[in-house]
Amino acid sequence: MADVMTRLEPNSRAAARGLSDLSIRNLFIIPTITFLIVFNVFPLIYSLYTGFTDYRASTTAPANWVGLANFRELLSDPFIWRNFTITAKYVVISVTGQVIVGFGLAMLLNRPMALKGLITTLLMLPMMLSPAVVGLFWKLLYDPSFGIINYFLGLGKFEWLADPQMALWAVAMVDIWMWSPFVMLLSLAGLSAVPKHLYEAAEIDRAGPFYTFFRITLPLVAPILMIAIIFRTMEAFKTFDHAYILSSQPTTELIAIRLYKMAFLEWQTGLSSAFAYIVLIVVVAITNIYVKYLNKAKAR
Amino acid sequence: MHRQVCRLMAGAAVIALSAPAAYSQELTIFWAEWDPANYLQELVNEYEAETGVTVTVETTPWQDFQTKAFTEFNARGSAYDMIVGDSQWLGAASEGGHYVDLTEFFQKHNLGEVMAPATVKYYAEYPGNSGKYWAIPAEGDAVGWAYRKDWFEDPAEMEAFKAKYGYDLAPPTTWAQLLDIAEFFHRPDQNRYGVAIYTDNSYDGLVMGVENALFSYGAELGDPSTYQVDGILNSDKAVAALDAYRKLYGFTPPGWSKTFFVENNQAITENLAAMSMNYFAFFPALVNPATNPNAANTGFFANPAGPDGDQFAALGGQGISIVSYSENQEEAFKFLEWFIRDDVQKRWAELGGYTAHAKTLESEEFRKATPYNEAFFQTMFKVKDFWAVPEYAELLTAANQRIYPFVVGGEGTAKEVLDALANDWTETFKKYGRIK
Repeated sequence: MADVMTRLEPNSRAAARGLSDLSIRNLFIIPTITFLIVFNVFPLIYSLYTGFTDYRASTTAPANWVGLANFRELLSDPFIWRNFTITAKYVVISVTGQVIVGFGLAMLLNRPMALKGLITTLLMLPMMLSPAVVGLFWKLLYDPSFGIINYFLGLGKFEWLADPQMALWAVAMVDIWMWSPFVMLLSLAGLSAVPKHLYEAAEIDRAGPFYTFFRITLPLVAPILMIAIIFRTMEAFKTFDHAYILSSQPTTELIAIRLYKMAFLEWQTGLSSAFAYIVLIVVVAITNIYVKYLNKAKAR
Repeated sequence: MHRQVCRLMAGAAVIALSAPAAYSQELTIFWAEWDPANYLQELVNEYEAETGVTVTVETTPWQDFQTKAFTEFNARGSAYDMIVGDSQWLGAASEGGHYVDLTEFFQKHNLGEVMAPATVKYYAEYPGNSGKYWAIPAEGDAVGWAYRKDWFEDPAEMEAFKAKYGYDLAPPTTWAQLLDIAEFFHRPDQNRYGVAIYTDNSYDGLVMGVENALFSYGAELGDPSTYQVDGILNSDKAVAALDAYRKLYGFTPPGWSKTFFVENNQAITENLAAMSMNYFAFFPALVNPATNPNAANTGFFANPAGPDGDQFAALGGQGISIVSYSENQEEAFKFLEWFIRDDVQKRWAELGGYTAHAKTLESEEFRKATPYNEAFFQTMFKVKDFWAVPEYAELLTAANQRIYPFVVGGEGTAKEVLDALANDWTETFKKYGRIK
């Protein structure tokens, strides 16, 4: 292998410059690795360290080692548990909604129809928009006085974002609207890969549409659908922009919003680093569960 | 010979090009993006004309202001020589070593008397009553009220109001009247509402709004000398004040659940509300016909008194401080010496800035300069502020989390909210060793 990597074609330009394959490989890889170490790995390790200190970036005071105190404080804070509960509820509503809507749209589009390409492109527009912009215009759509949603649903002056119970649903609805196309796109790719002869065989066997869906379509699309769910769950856990813009309700304070306030408004750097690590552990754990299911689905 | 001439010319060119860089002086002041920052830029242009020193007022949106300022402080950055920072920052910025100690400057220029006492107390001094000063009061501000004169002066409305409440319809002088008038004008079927108040809990909007009720009802946030909160923040007066604020929320326009200064001015410009709470600094837009079609019909009044006659308002505004990491501190001190001059403060007020300069504030000329200056003058001598301790943001977060669900969502009672908040604040003060 080393021989392959270092051997140069005698007439190549690299040989003329004296660069071996190994040098060229290093030339490409080292800047990337350096960039990753400086901007990803180092902050990750440094923030792990600050998570065990009382460091506040707003002061010149040195960071003191406090052991697990930050983690203890966070895990015994009822507000933090409330943030986690709210986020969990939000993720379930949002991802479930996206899977239902996205997969439903994919099923509809997975059949011959006029202007299919144009319709698919138009359906994908929401996820191409900036989440901040989406938040701002949904705020207008939800407006109780002139919002189009109340007008169409005939809800009078219903206050979507002022109602503590409804606000989270309203924020999740925006996420569903924005990211269902993503699930749709992946599902469409999965659906188009299902061999047609399986459907023909099912038809010959007089299998009903439900049987065909649950025995052929869903099992074969499941792995790719699971990937979509993994991505969307991870992203939903990190939701900040549109939720921050849409509502001030404590009932919509997702963990990313709480983390932002703790780190950049309250400047509790040590505590917020510990918080970020707790969030990271939760996301990794959930992702692992999904990956396990994904592997099972693939094995089937 | 020819080569020598060329060398001489090149040398002269280098000197000529480098000369301006060597002698020109520049100062940068950082502030939030709003009209007073533009007025300050106009003012400092005059400083440049006078001294040749270029002063730039760099701004950032309000939502970003605190984060950007402290990020720069934390990096020990020298991008800003001076900063017009919020009063709550005094503790964090002084204890963090980010502000230059201005005590000597303050005493030398007798600023304790030159500036209005409340502005010195809240914009400049930290800790309270310590005699240590970190800022020069720059933009005095407090919460006042705008109202629709044409609605108030409509004979039919006046008659109906008197018949219902038994006294004349006029700008309220008490919170009881404020509630009556808000209720009277609250007519959702006519798309007309009673009042616009602050409800945004992203930063300090909601808490500043509630403070107007709290202070005028004779309540306090706590004891600043002992940091005792329990029994003060959750006193009967505070409970009554929070109940009053919640009641006011019931008379706001629909969708008033995340509102601050922009929305509250819109309540007047878009014919939504009879009265609107806002900082005086945002009132110039309401007397300008270009930005307010109801400018001719907009009046102003100071925050009304509470049941026992106490009358206070929540403090806004900022002081100007020298950043510790500035490389131009000497020049910044010279600028401040210019800024506190009587004639400059007068000019600052003329341009639209809210001077904290006592002599200018008290002058007839200032008080009659705009329809709201009289209310501003009255207010600036009876203002109170939020905690200025370094952990103020944590106190603010707890207040937002406790108060918002009650005011906007109607969850729990005022007593439960304030008891819980008193407990949260006590825990925070214990965490930072302010109380045992």
